[in-house]
Amino acid sequence: MAQAEVKTQEYWRWPEYRRTVSEKDWRNANIITAGVDIGSVGSKATILVDGELYAYSVMRTGGVSEDTAIKVTTWALEGTGIEAGKLHYVVGTGYGRVNVPFAKKTITEIACHARGANYIYGPTVRTVLDIGGQDCKAIRCDEKGKVLSFLMNDKCAAGTGRGLEVFADLISVPIQELGKISLSVDQEPPPVSNTCVIFAKAESLALLRQGWPKERVAAAYHAAMADRIVDLLTRVGIEKDFVITGGVAKNMGIVRRLERILKIKPLEPKMDPILAGALGAGLFAKALYEKEQGLR
Amino acid sequence: MITAGVDVGAKYAKVVILKDGKALARVKVLVGFDVLKSASDVFETALKEAGLSRVDIQRVVATGMGRNTVLQKPPINADEAVSEVVADAAGAYQVVPTVKTVIDVGAEEGRGIKVEGGKVKDFVINERCAAGAGTFVEAMARALEVKVEDMGPLSLKSINTIPMNAQCCVFAESEVVSLIHSKVSKEDIAKAIHDAIAGRISSMVLRIGVEKDVALIGGCALDPGFLPPLEKELHSSIVVPEFPEFVSALGAAVIAANPTR
Repeated sequence: MAQAEVKTQEYWRWPEYRRTVSEKDWRNANIITAGVDIGSVGSKATILVDGELYAYSVMRTGGVSEDTAIKVTTWALEGTGIEAGKLHYVVGTGYGRVNVPFAKKTITEIACHARGANYIYGPTVRTVLDIGGQDCKAIRCDEKGKVLSFLMNDKCAAGTGRGLEVFADLISVPIQELGKISLSVDQEPPPVSNTCVIFAKAESLALLRQGWPKERVAAAYHAAMADRIVDLLTRVGIEKDFVITGGVAKNMGIVRRLERILKIKPLEPKMDPILAGALGAGLFAKALYEKEQGLR
Repeated sequence: MITAGVDVGAKYAKVVILKDGKALARVKVLVGFDVLKSASDVFETALKEAGLSRVDIQRVVATGMGRNTVLQKPPINADEAVSEVVADAAGAYQVVPTVKTVIDVGAEEGRGIKVEGGKVKDFVINERCAAGAGTFVEAMARALEVKVEDMGPLSLKSINTIPMNAQCCVFAESEVVSLIHSKVSKEDIAKAIHDAIAGRISSMVLRIGVEKDVALIGGCALDPGFLPPLEKELHSSIVVPEFPEFVSALGAAVIAANPTR
């Protein structure tokens, strides 16, 4: 029996993109490096010319990490005229960092995020909160972006981007708009009481059936997620300046609530905060190349 | 004396009507959004099956996460509510009199209970994480695109051990998808799923210690794929009583028959 094809919108699917952000002529450059961050959900590649961000790309991590690593780097280089062979040094990071075939070295995402945050936000950064697809990290670092201590949750989807994706699908709101609609309530509802995303999803569904508008359910869900992230941050200790990186840093519903609970305003990002890991990797690549060449 | 036990669980509501230690009716129904209505419906069906009406039942005891919904509310008018742990212990003692350790794995909760003579001595509960309860197997069956009742038979066909790294239901779903992509057989994936949940349940139960006889009850006991890895992890044989998903409701009915316990 033929079944009618049901067309469903994938609300969780966020857009992929690439940019060239520098006017500089890379032909005059001494060192061209790349940082490739293969995350559990998103993959990012940055191209750095003499330690400055030149181009980047962000895409979804596919089933085979090696293929994604090649694709995301090729895409970042697209239209720049830089050939992959011209890259002096490539560092891989992220959950799938061992699967970057052309990387000379791999460095943990913790080190890369701290280093990248130092580049994006400047040397005053002391606490980095990275909320990624399948984990959440709270990192303390010094003025050079060196890691002093960290705590992470990579066991549970509650408090990660993946949890938000599940929720976006549930309430049929595109993931990029979730944060915004969660802030549109007049009064903050009590947070969703379940920790587990699976249970929280059932709880949210029950709230929707009770007649709660989507915005209110979204507020309850974001509030619960913020509470959970604050627990992690409090355990590692929070010191100014405080910054948020990773894909979820773009969700204002989370950022504003963290701000409200912690009573600390995170610094405004000067560039895409999802790039912190890949940027850190690219900067490490430069330092490693210089060391290798006896330049420092 | 005729009594009834009503177990309002996260997924199913179950009713057992008991006359002098013998079950006259056992009925279960999926719990919908209106918990009171679901529980009432299943109660009425059980009454019909037993050929009785509410006035014939001397006492009704409720248990399960929705137990307070039916407490002194018509048509059930439960006289008392007891915790799942207490009902589990009483029910398991009724069907397996030699029981010392009860493992109850339901839809949203996993429990380990140390019992002596039907009384609770110690217990552990996971109610926070779906990965340690039946929902995990259901979600993974969905990812694997097989019916949940086929998971057990599939898993029993596998002789390979594939480790699952993800601890979270949501992450495990992605892991199952990547296992499918890397051409791992459905049988091996099903076994990996059972191994994973058995690992989590056993590490929880081992916290209170495992003493024989061990009984496995709750809806997950109906899944034959879950038993072998659990026995392996606990280094113990495990008894699965008949109608394992009704043991808690039975326990409530037993408690109803002994109000002075």
